[in-house]
Amino acid sequence: MGVVPAIETRELCKRFGAVQANDRISLSVEQGSVHGIVGENGAGKSTLLKMLFGFYQPNSGDLLVNGEKLKLDSPSDAMAAGIAMVHQHFMLVEPFTVLENIILGAEGQPMLDHAMSDAKAKLIGLEQQFGFDLPLDTEVSKLSVGERQRVEILKALFRGADILILDEPTAVLTPQECDQLFDLIGLLKSRGKTVLFVTHKLHEIMAITDDVTVIRAGKVVLRTTTKDTSPDALAEAMVGAKINRAVERAGVDHGAPRLRVEAISAKSDHGYQALKDVSFELYDGEVLGVAGVAGNGQTELLEALAGLRQVSAGVVHLAGEHVNSPQKLTDPIALRRAGLAHVAEDRLKAGVVASMTATENAILGYQREKDFCENGLLKLGAISETANRYFESQDVRPRDSSLPVASFSGGNQQKLVIAREIARDPQTLIIGQPTRGVDIGAVTKIHDQITELRNAGKAVLVVSADLDELMAISDRILVMCEGEITGIVPINEADECSLGLMMAGAAPSDERQGSGA
Amino acid sequence: MEFLTDILLLSDSTLRIAAPLILAALAGLCAERAGIVDIGLEGKMLAAAFGAASAASITGSPWAGLVSGILVSVLLALLHGYVSISQRGNQIVSGMAINIMVAGLAPTLANAWFSRGGQTPLLPNEARFTEITLPFADLVADVPLLGAVYSDLLSGHSLLTYAAFAAVPLVAWMLYKTRFGLRLRAVGENPEAVDTAGISVTLLRYQAMIIAGVLCGVSGSALSTALGAGFIRDMSAGKGFLALAAMIFGKWKPVPTLLACLLFAFVDALQGRLQGVSLPLIGEIPVQFTIMLPYVLTVIILAGFVGKMEAPKASGIPYEKDR
Repeated sequence: MGVVPAIETRELCKRFGAVQANDRISLSVEQGSVHGIVGENGAGKSTLLKMLFGFYQPNSGDLLVNGEKLKLDSPSDAMAAGIAMVHQHFMLVEPFTVLENIILGAEGQPMLDHAMSDAKAKLIGLEQQFGFDLPLDTEVSKLSVGERQRVEILKALFRGADILILDEPTAVLTPQECDQLFDLIGLLKSRGKTVLFVTHKLHEIMAITDDVTVIRAGKVVLRTTTKDTSPDALAEAMVGAKINRAVERAGVDHGAPRLRVEAISAKSDHGYQALKDVSFELYDGEVLGVAGVAGNGQTELLEALAGLRQVSAGVVHLAGEHVNSPQKLTDPIALRRAGLAHVAEDRLKAGVVASMTATENAILGYQREKDFCENGLLKLGAISETANRYFESQDVRPRDSSLPVASFSGGNQQKLVIAREIARDPQTLIIGQPTRGVDIGAVTKIHDQITELRNAGKAVLVVSADLDELMAISDRILVMCEGEITGIVPINEADECSLGLMMAGAAPSDERQGSGA
Repeated sequence: MEFLTDILLLSDSTLRIAAPLILAALAGLCAERAGIVDIGLEGKMLAAAFGAASAASITGSPWAGLVSGILVSVLLALLHGYVSISQRGNQIVSGMAINIMVAGLAPTLANAWFSRGGQTPLLPNEARFTEITLPFADLVADVPLLGAVYSDLLSGHSLLTYAAFAAVPLVAWMLYKTRFGLRLRAVGENPEAVDTAGISVTLLRYQAMIIAGVLCGVSGSALSTALGAGFIRDMSAGKGFLALAAMIFGKWKPVPTLLACLLFAFVDALQGRLQGVSLPLIGEIPVQFTIMLPYVLTVIILAGFVGKMEAPKASGIPYEKDR
């Protein structure tokens, strides 16, 4: 120690309206170290990062880079201070070559030919130094995700970055690509670079960081060296004193499965194999939680169950009826009539039409039903009565169903969608991200409702990126990784650490082996 | 021999007709490559044609006309830029508004200033860009074939026609060989990447709009001070839209766009030649049908007969920093 830290923040605060996203964050990152920042989704990690590379400006507090107090008004200010960020969503121009992407904005001279040959000379040195082997003249669109990430890192090095911020870099990577990334991070460190590594996967923190800072609800709750801590201690700090809402659980009725999924496979919109040989059963009177890092097939699974994506192999049975197979796809209307309701994962894309009124949205998907429509004409009176009933039963605010859905908060939109989907008393309910973008107050209400449905003997499947949520409401948790099921665990045997390992693709048998990776 | 003359005449008018089309298509290309859909090419052309004819008529100088044509067009381009870039408005609506506004405003102003029923006075040759005879054109005219090609086809066009053809390599060079071009292409594909690289998306897009304005200005000026001799109501006659079609057909690339423009111009020239001509078997085709030819071709092309056309990814989408 004794050296000035590469990055130091003192009491950094950032507010968005009434929400205190970052509350007096003090952070100190030693030069030439790998510093981990962990926290749950929504803990305020992204806000902190965005302040560190000049995208947001703090409301109060100081930011010091190499001991010098700086005010970063834009990403270019941060770049000038030697800070570069590798975003979770890559900032690359797909039809451009690797070389073009790297020099964009740092060309150095107006003529491209010269700029490119100069850059090439410089890149050859960098590639050797850091062990890159990227095809400079290949279009980025032809590269794999892992390669694209390396392009981003090389781009940062090309600009002379000494401090690299990696925002959840492993969320999009395969395990092999993760190993490669970790090797690279080690190399960066040995060459004197400072790396800020942001993640919510604890085994990664244990594997590659020197120090770690845990953020919860916008505050720093733990600051320690990695070798002095354990995954358990970190998990506890991340989650805090857990409010164990003992959910009243009626017994699961293990009769015939309501939903039986038999060895289904499906392709994603991009044509890759998103689901591989997935099999499970969903019973009446249970909540089955589906966990996994985003993009590991959960979306495609929801779509396959909701009749929106035809499987390429296997069969889905709903109450014994065969509803989705390579030969046959029952459409969502018929599925709804057969008692399967679907609360879409992306509310604004598939759950509501934001510019239409709440009244109109209250019957979306059910507009053909006799109650709402006769001879092609909408029964406006009945519709508006229904909407008002939903507003009452779900406590949707403000109580004005003539407003466009866009003017309601995320939580109130979600309450409306849930009211709509459960109004017809469906026996099976599949829910994607029940509380994404939902305010804290509404979260409890939605969770209670899911539990009520389950206690009433319904079969409920919930896909969520929020592991705590699944731990709170599920009877069993199914974990997906790369389109495959890596484990199905009853809730009383599940803990965050082992689930995290399964999410990373480790087989359930060696779940307690600790770090590795 | 007569056949050869026919071909030469046809090619000659193809080049002539293609010139304003090429300039406008390049204008659209620069705008769309930067992520701004420019459906207002037609309006800018027409406004420039009017501006150029008015200034040339008042000052007697084609150069004053050209400068004024460019100025008018750049102003409209900046207006479109303001709506699309600064205000993040709908680019189609803005472009269409410019088209409609100019279609009404130009003849109205012409009527107010020159009192000739919405036209500008006929320009004398001194106030026009007249045909230039290339060096030695007369000397080599008698050399069989090559001489004829040089003196009848390549020689004898206005300066603005030559400028149009010169603009193609110039724009291509700008797009592919300069730093500015790299950034311009990037901002049309992924403005966020440009922004995080520390380059102003707004400034870049305004610069693209100015280039589009200049090119469109030359194009409109060519209509009224080189090809024609004065402004006539609706004289752009949908050429702005044809240029847009040619740009799409040319897949947003300069040289293919040039070829598309030549194709459209050729069909237009052909329809001019076919008027009143009796064809074997068919007989005389009614004028109404021959005039339709370029537009029918446009419909056929844009209906997707030429395969998948991929526009710059961010084209038409306003850039908002915090999404």
